[in-house]
Amino acid sequence: MKFTCIAAAMISATVSFSSLAFADDIKIGVYGPFTGGSAPMGVSMRNGVQLAVEQINAAGGVLGKKIILVERDDEAKNERGGQIMQELLDKEHVVGVLGPANTGVANASTRYPQEHKIPQIINVSAGAKVNEMFAEFPENYVFRIAANDDVQSKMIVQQALKVSGFKKPAILCDDTNYGQNGREKIEGVLKGLGVAAVFTGKFKIKDSDMTAQLQQAKAAGADVVLAYGIGPELAAVVNSMDRIGWKVPMIASWTASMSNFTNNAGKNGNGTMMPQTFIESAPTTTAGKKFVAAYKAKFKEDPITSAVSAAQGYDSMYLMKMAIEQAGSTDGSKIRLALEGLKKPYEGATGNFKQAFGAKDHEAIKDENVLMGVVKDGLVVAPTKK
Amino acid sequence: MAEVLQLLISGVAQGMIYALIAFGYNMTFSTSKTINFSLGNLLMTGGVVGLLVYMNTKTGEPNGNSFFVALVAVVIVCSVLGALVYKVAVEPSVKRGSDFAWVLATLAFGIIVKNAVEQLWSTDDFRFSSPLGSEPLRIAGAGIFPQEILIIIVSILIVTAVELFRRKSILGKAIQAVSEDKMTAGLMGINQNFVILFSFMLSTAIAGVAGVLIAPLTFVSATMGTVLGVKAYGAAIIGGLESGFGMLAGGLLLGLSESLTARYISTGYKDTPGFVILILIILFKPSGLFGKKAIKKV
Repeated sequence: MKFTCIAAAMISATVSFSSLAFADDIKIGVYGPFTGGSAPMGVSMRNGVQLAVEQINAAGGVLGKKIILVERDDEAKNERGGQIMQELLDKEHVVGVLGPANTGVANASTRYPQEHKIPQIINVSAGAKVNEMFAEFPENYVFRIAANDDVQSKMIVQQALKVSGFKKPAILCDDTNYGQNGREKIEGVLKGLGVAAVFTGKFKIKDSDMTAQLQQAKAAGADVVLAYGIGPELAAVVNSMDRIGWKVPMIASWTASMSNFTNNAGKNGNGTMMPQTFIESAPTTTAGKKFVAAYKAKFKEDPITSAVSAAQGYDSMYLMKMAIEQAGSTDGSKIRLALEGLKKPYEGATGNFKQAFGAKDHEAIKDENVLMGVVKDGLVVAPTKK
Repeated sequence: MAEVLQLLISGVAQGMIYALIAFGYNMTFSTSKTINFSLGNLLMTGGVVGLLVYMNTKTGEPNGNSFFVALVAVVIVCSVLGALVYKVAVEPSVKRGSDFAWVLATLAFGIIVKNAVEQLWSTDDFRFSSPLGSEPLRIAGAGIFPQEILIIIVSILIVTAVELFRRKSILGKAIQAVSEDKMTAGLMGINQNFVILFSFMLSTAIAGVAGVLIAPLTFVSATMGTVLGVKAYGAAIIGGLESGFGMLAGGLLLGLSESLTARYISTGYKDTPGFVILILIILFKPSGLFGKKAIKKV
């Protein structure tokens, strides 16, 4: 009898708690790699989102309600992405979703928000399908605030051939969805300029010796290496260059700004360039400067592990908040329409957005939002202007 | 010429790392016919412990402790873990007469260690500066890191020392005896439980040392041992699980095939020849290149 009473009390308590959560809070799902090799991106992104939520809630929340985050670790595994997304949508009934960082994870999970009509803002993954989804889903619920591979590869090639004047690029990419997608895009841009890479090579995650690849690039007469991968392997590329005594500049994907590149490459990383939406030492907006100060105060990181991910995470949360406010509702399709036609401009950490998204364009980051960062003594700085 | 030399150096250094771990598989297999599949993750533990003692992770520079202190700490931590893996994962399953429970149990032990490191420490990759410096030496135009020379020398020393120990010392002979015939060795008054426990501790200590040795070349992270553990197992099968020097041969074959394939065939296929050799060995010489008799494979 006693046990039944306790059980009944517990059940009613749980029920009332969960109904409390429904009545007063707006749930936003966040997922990304919080453990494993991509964790620096995922954790920085989540911290950025948390910081935004803290500020929003302190300022009175949205529609008079508090925002509650539901955080899930996808471990950078594609299948986890799908499982988490179903949990967020079917069990947690989130109003919107932010994340993830890995292209494979994103592509394995984005069809669920489409089917549930819940908006998602991808805030790190550069290769995930976004505008490509209009073909299948004319009412597209997937948005992105991150320099996609098209923007990045265009900038990488432009920097190499036009700005720095190199003639014979070699391409080195990791063998993940991310790296291979990037390789395809870079090859596409090169082809458009009538240039072919003198060498194209691959490497695997955790490879630490790139001697063979670099020797082939060297033998092919390459004068610049265009690389697409994540921090540790990009560091291995420049370290192996030093080892074989061959020094050409590397222009890499934005991930070369992460601390696991700059720390592990040490002096060999100097001069490496990469497209950035956000440079910690030189934010382009006032909001960006405030963001850096607030982030450092809250998370005690200096430099920020992945400043780009953190800033994009922060901005994605604010854009979601603006859309919910404008929609005046937590209904997914109303929020989508609001995102597509945000009435107010947004000054974010990564830039000023007059209108972040359009009805047929769900990419917030355009060419003009991206600048080239360059590694100098372990930090990413804005390149010195000529 | 310099280019080929460079590839050979890369291949040999990589191969020696495989050989060191494979040597750990060989050691427990020869005494107890069991293999410690958590060895890759114990290597990682060695790297992490070494990093914590030797490096300042904030600045990425050494913190002033001597490299030797780090090595001692690694040997202590890893041999304790070796005793633990034997006590919790291997002994119970062998006692119950289970043929394969230890396979899963040691694998599980490795996963627990890896997840614990990820949870309690970090999931990031860290730089470990070599005590010998990071400037490559130039030999006939090819670059070789001083750390790689150290790895090659230490691996050969460890393998030779352990083989001598097995053949010349009393405890070593006891290990040999247990590996020949457990029952008879027991009847001769050899404490076979202790011998097996010792072989586990020795193998994990060597794996830990391997972790510290390769850390300056690979970065330290919770996942640094996963792939190495698997490839070293391949090297062990190629060389023949029963033979100490077979491990060196297997490791070198795998390391060299990787670096030469990556250069002359395709970087995408670099792991293929190693596994092709592995399959051929299993098909045509299941005891491995240097194995003496047919042995049970898992």
